Amino acid sequence: MAGVRGLGLLSRLTVRQRYSLFTDASRRNFSVTSSLMARTHVNYEIKGDVAVIRINDPTSKVNTLSVHMQKEMTEIMDEIWANNAITSAVLISSKPGCFIAGADINMIQACKSTEEVTNLSQEGQKMFEKIEKSPKPVIAAINGSCLGGGLELAIACQYRVATKNKKTVLGTPEVLLGLLPGAGGTQRLPKMIGLPGAFDMMLTGRNIRSDKAKKMGLVHQLVDTLGPGLKSPEERTIEYLEEIAVDCARGIVNKKIPLAKEKSMMQKIQDYIMSYPFVRNQIYSTVQKKVMKQTKGLYPAPLKIIECVKAGMEQGLDAGYLAESQNFGKLAMTSESRALIGLYHGQVACKKNRFGVPKKDVKTLAILGAGLMGAGIAQVSVDKGINTILKDTTLEGLNRGQQQVYKGLNDKTKKKSITSFERDSTLSSLTGQLDYSGFQKADMVIEAVFEDIAIKHKVLREVEAVTSPECIFASNTSALPIKDIAAASTRPEKVVGMHYFSPVDKMQLLEIITTDKTSKDTTASAVAVGLKQGKIIIVVGDGPGFYTTRCLAPMLAEAVRVLQEGVDPKKLDSLTTGFGFPVGAATLADEVGIDVAAHVAEDLGKAFGSRFGGGDPELLKTMVEKGFKGRKSGKGCYLYQPGLKHKDVNPELEEILELYKMTPNPAVSSDSDVQYRLVSRFVNEAVLCLQEGILANPVEGDIGAVFGLGFPPCLGGPFRFVDTFGADKLVEKMRRFEEVYGNQFTPCSLLLDHAKDPSKKFHK
Amino acid sequence: MNSLRTCPVNSSRALQFATWALSASAPLQAQAKSKKTLSKPGVRNVVLVEGVRTPFLQAGTTYADLMAHDLARGALQGLLNRTAFPKEAVDYIVYGTVIQEVKTSNVAREAALGAGFSDKTPAHTVTMACISSNQAMTTAVGLVASGQCDAVVAGGVEFMSDVPIRHSRKMRKMMLSLNRARTLGARLSLLGSLRLSHLVPELPAVSEFSTAEMMGHSADRLAAAFGISRLDQDEFALRSHVLAKKAQDEGLLTDIVDFKVPGKDIVSKDNGIRPSTMEQMSKLKPAFIKPHGTVTAANSSYLTDGASAVLIMSEEKALAMGYKPKAYLSDSFSDFLFHGKLTKMRCVSFSPTYAIPKVLERSGLTLADIDAFEFHEAFAGQVLANLTAMESDWFAQNCMGRKAKVGAPPMEKFNLWGGSLSLGHPFAATGCRLVTMVAHRLKKEGGQYGLVAACAAGGQGHAMLVEACPQ
Repeated sequence: MAGVRGLGLLSRLTVRQRYSLFTDASRRNFSVTSSLMARTHVNYEIKGDVAVIRINDPTSKVNTLSVHMQKEMTEIMDEIWANNAITSAVLISSKPGCFIAGADINMIQACKSTEEVTNLSQEGQKMFEKIEKSPKPVIAAINGSCLGGGLELAIACQYRVATKNKKTVLGTPEVLLGLLPGAGGTQRLPKMIGLPGAFDMMLTGRNIRSDKAKKMGLVHQLVDTLGPGLKSPEERTIEYLEEIAVDCARGIVNKKIPLAKEKSMMQKIQDYIMSYPFVRNQIYSTVQKKVMKQTKGLYPAPLKIIECVKAGMEQGLDAGYLAESQNFGKLAMTSESRALIGLYHGQVACKKNRFGVPKKDVKTLAILGAGLMGAGIAQVSVDKGINTILKDTTLEGLNRGQQQVYKGLNDKTKKKSITSFERDSTLSSLTGQLDYSGFQKADMVIEAVFEDIAIKHKVLREVEAVTSPECIFASNTSALPIKDIAAASTRPEKVVGMHYFSPVDKMQLLEIITTDKTSKDTTASAVAVGLKQGKIIIVVGDGPGFYTTRCLAPMLAEAVRVLQEGVDPKKLDSLTTGFGFPVGAATLADEVGIDVAAHVAEDLGKAFGSRFGGGDPELLKTMVEKGFKGRKSGKGCYLYQPGLKHKDVNPELEEILELYKMTPNPAVSSDSDVQYRLVSRFVNEAVLCLQEGILANPVEGDIGAVFGLGFPPCLGGPFRFVDTFGADKLVEKMRRFEEVYGNQFTPCSLLLDHAKDPSKKFHK
Repeated sequence: MNSLRTCPVNSSRALQFATWALSASAPLQAQAKSKKTLSKPGVRNVVLVEGVRTPFLQAGTTYADLMAHDLARGALQGLLNRTAFPKEAVDYIVYGTVIQEVKTSNVAREAALGAGFSDKTPAHTVTMACISSNQAMTTAVGLVASGQCDAVVAGGVEFMSDVPIRHSRKMRKMMLSLNRARTLGARLSLLGSLRLSHLVPELPAVSEFSTAEMMGHSADRLAAAFGISRLDQDEFALRSHVLAKKAQDEGLLTDIVDFKVPGKDIVSKDNGIRPSTMEQMSKLKPAFIKPHGTVTAANSSYLTDGASAVLIMSEEKALAMGYKPKAYLSDSFSDFLFHGKLTKMRCVSFSPTYAIPKVLERSGLTLADIDAFEFHEAFAGQVLANLTAMESDWFAQNCMGRKAKVGAPPMEKFNLWGGSLSLGHPFAATGCRLVTMVAHRLKKEGGQYGLVAACAAGGQGHAMLVEACPQ
């Protein structure tokens, strides 16, 4: 599910909406009553000959470039330019942890047409250009996130000072929202840090820590963060940053600090090579090819970014600015951008605990089973300072699990995101053991033992015998109904499902399952733990397969049928990835494990009957019997050889497929039909989950499908897909498949309702 | 007055109290003390009989060709010579060191034997960064107070002219495997794995292991956190040098014992005391945080070679043997301030602020009772930050969980004979220098209570109360 991880970047995005309409209205009232009234978002103070401009959005935890803020900023800049006593300016945020987190998304979403957005972009371009050409040097003093529009503002300044801090990150995450840096970013970045670096930043949208930014030439000077002095560390650090920035401003005015940096030999060589149009063209086409390979052309934003950079570099700045603003306008109106922004909002919503604050904080967590999942859960828990007991039944199993946790943390040390000391002190909160000692102190027990109801019942009874009555029992099962597990419990209100996804440290989703007996406080506690572990959380009702597994099962059943109809696994993969899934269906089956898939198919087949049919379940069983359990066993649909990235189709699979061969019906076997057969079953099941009340709302449905199962992010999730694609068109396709395959393709009644009435939408 | 003490051998303290009561003319005693003495009922009085040190020299100068235990021997021998103490009467030796010479890992034992102490006297080495000899003294005080020993020698040595530089881990591993390789073929194949990168040497860590931060870097951040300016730091450093020079010229640094360097001269003076001018100091560039830092070579302590030793005894035994003890070593406290989250925020150099109130509260004294302060000066910025913090209610309330500030020592009682910035700072030898110096100052200035405080890497600090013995 590697591809889904890319989307994980979204989570680091901190662009936040400004809420309430009426704060805006009240502000307007203010400005009417008195134009001299103090500004609310931006203010400045003159320190000697330096103007210190302080940004602070009073309505939000983060600063965003809203219309209001831009207006005040423009006014202030005009005053500074007009004031002869001022020779330079420092731009700083009063908020700890945030310089400017980007443009106001709602401002962009509120626009109705391409022209409107283009206009917004052009205004931004003009303002930043004025700052860039300012006769009085402007210094950006950066502490905290400096992203999107914030970064574009910072790079328009003459000089940048940033704090050395994990929270101080610079980046252009627009691409993750299906947009591009629309206020001069595509023009300034390549000139500042070179084409390869700029493409890397703008196309991946990744955050860059300040020390790296200094190496790249994105900031000029770093300032250390301070501990508590006579004020809190945060306050004092901002003050210190301001002091240094003011000194820099004076230094630049006195010509003591040169603005043009001495270029290194490497840079000179790079510049020389880049001066050849041939080389540049080579870069454009390489990057373009790479983007096409990775996105299958489903995401327009990266291609537009390349286009804008190219226009600016080859045809001059004016052409560049024009291309940037026009493409920005176009992108903002695309369904892909809407889908990605929708996911962003959904993700923010799923990072909140809608069940309130639990009565008791989970301080000690016990995990049963040190397998892949158990150890993964342990890793994300100790990482956030939760005392964790990892229990297994065998010493070998425990050793493997502890090694996994160690490796996970050690990899972070190797990447230098934590020090070896932090690794060691983090690991000190992990206790590995084979017995139940210390369980009386556990506030929550998560079991990750083998998926067998008898074993689950056994550990549940054992746990309840040794834990306190307040202790919560959470089951990490992917398909067994929680109420069946809770049947063995003496305190079913304390039983909840917590379905993690593998690999736990990489996959962001956590699906929490509640039964009708689960108490609200238990749910709140489970959500709180998940949030602490850094997860995006959906809370769903109980039932076979809950939400995620239930949606995936029919799609995999269909995939098996497609294989039986003679489509080779590679072709199946390319069809699914071509639709936007980050991982192909055959590869996904290998990743999940053929044995797990067979197990789930059987369980859900029993529960839902023929509707979950499709491929022959015996095929999977035969594969398991032959030892083709997927990646973990080295053989599945593909052959896996350690050290080899390239994988070949498992030749023995063909023999098995030969045994189970089915004849395809040409009426529903075109490439596109195969894609829609796979997707429509997924989507139909998702809508059915909403209809049956398993899902609380479509937002969680979309988030669960995208972050847990890799549903194409460009489509925004099954519900947004129905909205965009049209329920009627989907139903029409399904009816055609229904004729051939029967009830597996019967649209559910909610979907039919939406098909009948086009005004009905899942997302407003 | 006798009701105050149950300890029988305390007669001298009674005398002492009487002297103080009488000598009201001395300005320092004008103030009434919160407590008449720190003597505790039922606990043996522990005294500092004598303290000596070798001259402290900048690393790489006259001591350059010696080894750590040579300097330690010098200090130990000097102590014996000065006190004429019978060697066999020493019950125990505790010695501190920070950067270890691998050949003499228990430097206490090597130096003691070399200095002619009895081979029946056990000796151990302690290490606790810059407060190693403070810890050695604390251990000695404990041994005497508990009645296990009557006379203990404590001290510390640091030798920065030579530090262990190791082969890289890869090289070491290869060399160790080579030892075990039996056949020529095995040896040759091991040698074949030798790469150029194996030859890169490993220097002793300049940064702290757990925080990966250099001491000077941390001090600079600490100074910035408290808004200590470059000017303040330079002025404080200059003060240290000027006062040290004055003390040196007036012959107050009597703890120094001459050291004969084989093949070279006899050294009898510290060589790092160099009062400069503010102009010259202001020209220096920041040493750690560039370009805007404030800690420079001139306002930091420098790498120093040196050793020190003190003789700590029970008062009873000291008097019986005819010694005139210098001071009571009353209460000593090593505080620990280390926090996973805080390490990067404020690590070294800061703990005196935490240790001082604890040691004062435990003894029932207030800051106003103290007549002489001896603080270790690692960096001017660090000392000033500590003083500022002690003066801050905000800091006391938000960072120390106290109701109000402790208050900072008045400068007219503070490090009047120079400090580590000027005299030098051989890491493990500084603690004994501080205690001996405060005892000498109390004697010279006629004060009663002295307070010693020092900080160390790892976020640890040490504070000790010293009470003058009757003259």
